[in-house]
Amino acid sequence: MQYKTQAVAKPYFVAAIGLFVGQIIFGLIMGMQYVVGDFLFPEIPFNVARMVHTNLLIVWLLFGFMGAAYYMVPEESETELYSPKLAIALFWIFLLAGAATVLGYLFVPYATLAEMTGNDLLATMGREFLEQPLPTKLGIVVVALAFLFNITMTVLKGRKTAISTVLLIGLWGLAIFFLFSFYNPHNLVKDKYYWWWVVHLWVEGVWELILGALLAFVLIKVTGVDREVIEKWLYVIITLTLVTGIIGTGHHYYWIGAPEYWQWWGSIFSALEPIPFFAMTVFAFNMVNRRRREHPNKAAVLWALGTGVMAFLGAGVWGFLHTLAPVNYYTHGSQITAAHGHMAFYGAYVMVVLTLISYAMPVLRGRAANSNKAQVVEMWSFWLMTIAMVFITLFLTAAGILQVWLQRVAEVPMSFMATQDQVALFYWMREWSGVVFFIGLVLYIVSFFIKGETRTATR
Amino acid sequence: MSGVFTKSMARNIFYGGTVFFFLVFLALTFDSHREFPKRDNSQNLTPEVIAGKKIWETRNCIGCHTLLGEGAYFAPELGNVYPRRGPDFIKAWMQAQPTGAPGRRQMPQFHLSDTELDQLVAFLKYTSEINTANWPPNIEG
Repeated sequence: MQYKTQAVAKPYFVAAIGLFVGQIIFGLIMGMQYVVGDFLFPEIPFNVARMVHTNLLIVWLLFGFMGAAYYMVPEESETELYSPKLAIALFWIFLLAGAATVLGYLFVPYATLAEMTGNDLLATMGREFLEQPLPTKLGIVVVALAFLFNITMTVLKGRKTAISTVLLIGLWGLAIFFLFSFYNPHNLVKDKYYWWWVVHLWVEGVWELILGALLAFVLIKVTGVDREVIEKWLYVIITLTLVTGIIGTGHHYYWIGAPEYWQWWGSIFSALEPIPFFAMTVFAFNMVNRRRREHPNKAAVLWALGTGVMAFLGAGVWGFLHTLAPVNYYTHGSQITAAHGHMAFYGAYVMVVLTLISYAMPVLRGRAANSNKAQVVEMWSFWLMTIAMVFITLFLTAAGILQVWLQRVAEVPMSFMATQDQVALFYWMREWSGVVFFIGLVLYIVSFFIKGETRTATR
Repeated sequence: MSGVFTKSMARNIFYGGTVFFFLVFLALTFDSHREFPKRDNSQNLTPEVIAGKKIWETRNCIGCHTLLGEGAYFAPELGNVYPRRGPDFIKAWMQAQPTGAPGRRQMPQFHLSDTELDQLVAFLKYTSEINTANWPPNIEG
């Protein structure tokens, strides 16, 4: 690696992958509970498993983003990190806080956890994805601010590039919009309205800036295409993202008590949200086709192209599928939503973090790329996880279409639970796809331990 | 992407576009706040309802159920459970959990007092009276 302080990224990547494994295990538990309802009850009720599943996802992606920033920013800024010690300290604080939170979910009844952690002082818990106890939420803010301080100071003392600027805007946005998690009005409509300022403005807003910056960084490295060209693309993509995505928030405001004009604003702007993802796909393929060098890390190139394709499919196509208000009237809160959520998170955020890890980890371990043998296994894991996720999405979509029909469209609508019984076959197939995904993940980890011929890193 | 269109132009469009559309979003939010009182049933936001919302949150109900279509998709929609089942059924149901029926999805027993059950029901009643533009399509949620 070019700067020795980039090494702080390594523990972040290791932790990210470790927590990813935990996330998938809990996903498999929930998938099982969908078909064998009393599986692991009362030890791990579904709501607890789901909290662990989604919170681990968020936390490991944050580890991934932070690790990525620590790796990228010194190289972009052409200077050492402002404070590597702070980065390591924050790593342990974040990891311990995260672990304590998950253990709290698993071993303390949620109502007791709320009482113990000051939810009576400021009630913020018990809202989807924002289930964290108050001390954890405050910890996230402190860690995020200290991290941003470290990264910002590094950028300020070195070269300023479009990639580091976009990354910084994305990360600052992440921290700022998280503050809305502390706002929990009694009025349910307002509660939901601003809950989306965290959730939507993260995943369909500022996180996409982070995604774009990571992808652009790796593409510069592996293709050798001129930075001016790549950074121009980056600006175009994130412009499209925010121009469509900010008002696109409206697609969540159709049925929660907000004014009905949001059906128009939300439908029109969110219908355009696939465009930036399409641009990203074209961007990735275009840059790889115009490459000026053959980078030895083929796996990283595969992940980068995969990110473009899967983000477009999951976030773009599956998002568009149910974003128009007249369609969403029937699909809102069904398995269609779950299908979209899975492929979008995998295609956009999981894959871009794995892209960066795939590129950076060999360098952090003192070589330009892993051995061919290791790369072959990594590429197998890419295909297994990606194809498994495609099938998870297809089965959930099938379940969702049937659910919508039986429960909401049919002349004699069925009850929720009767409908669930009817679609159980698809839940079984989803669970088996999940097992394949898990095998892919195990192979992914195995690929880190495969030795063989490697080239040493070039400066 | 011809030579005429430069990186700094792209950057300026990014900043300009983002600021403009964020301001539009804020304006729509401002207007939404003026409209909320007509739709959000806030006139019925009694202390009992507020207590019920807290019970809803601290039992992590959203981890299995949806409320106005948001949450997990493992258990029935509860935004309209009040008109669907009525207050007595809801309370009896909560007290009877878990059913223990083999292989069926299980809901935990939360040991709520009678007062707490009434508060939770009040919250669900309040929620069911929010104007949701006729969602869900039918009573099954």
